[in-house]
Amino acid sequence: MRAAHKFAMANPLIRGDMVEISEFPHLAVKYAIQGVPQTIINETVPLVGAQPEMNIVQEILKAIGK
Amino acid sequence: MTLIQDADRKLIAQRFAELTHDVTLHMFTQEHECRWCETTRQIVEELAGLSPKVRAEIHDFLGDPEAVKQYGIDKIPAIAVVGEQDYRIRFYGVPAGYEFTPLLEAILDVGRGDPGLPEPVRAELAKIDKPVHLQVMVTPT
Repeated sequence: MRAAHKFAMANPLIRGDMVEISEFPHLAVKYAIQGVPQTIINETVPLVGAQPEMNIVQEILKAIGK
Repeated sequence: MTLIQDADRKLIAQRFAELTHDVTLHMFTQEHECRWCETTRQIVEELAGLSPKVRAEIHDFLGDPEAVKQYGIDKIPAIAVVGEQDYRIRFYGVPAGYEFTPLLEAILDVGRGDPGLPEPVRAELAKIDKPVHLQVMVTPT
């Protein structure tokens, strides 16, 4: 869950938000959130559940075409 | 009445003693505070009271467009955790329940200036050469 913030510290191209969605229900609708935690990469790519840091980095690299 | 209990305040103050850099919690609210804005502001102010290295700066979302732009805030309540530099760490919503520990940990990481990631993960992160926006969606319980 904390990977997003740690990653933001490690690379200046990354920004990490933690969003308490019950206070922003429109975002739950916008991103079709079914369960939490869920990470949304660049508004489009969902990553469901708490995952190891290395998995998340790999998903990010895939999302930006690396 | 404080929102953070006495026992927790002591533990948090001990952890904050590890901070080597100053940390500013830029909190965004508005004059007529939104439902959770007041709670968020109170938590931020209580945390700032636990260490001389942690400061709270309260901004008006509508009245301080410069800060809103500088920290890229698009909804409230919001907290930007800023240390020696702005590491682009944001919390949206009241930082209670599941968000409270991540907030403490973010303050500790920022105050150390080091996220404490393993070298293989850092090496992969270094390959990222385009802007990436990560939004971690959580609920309070």
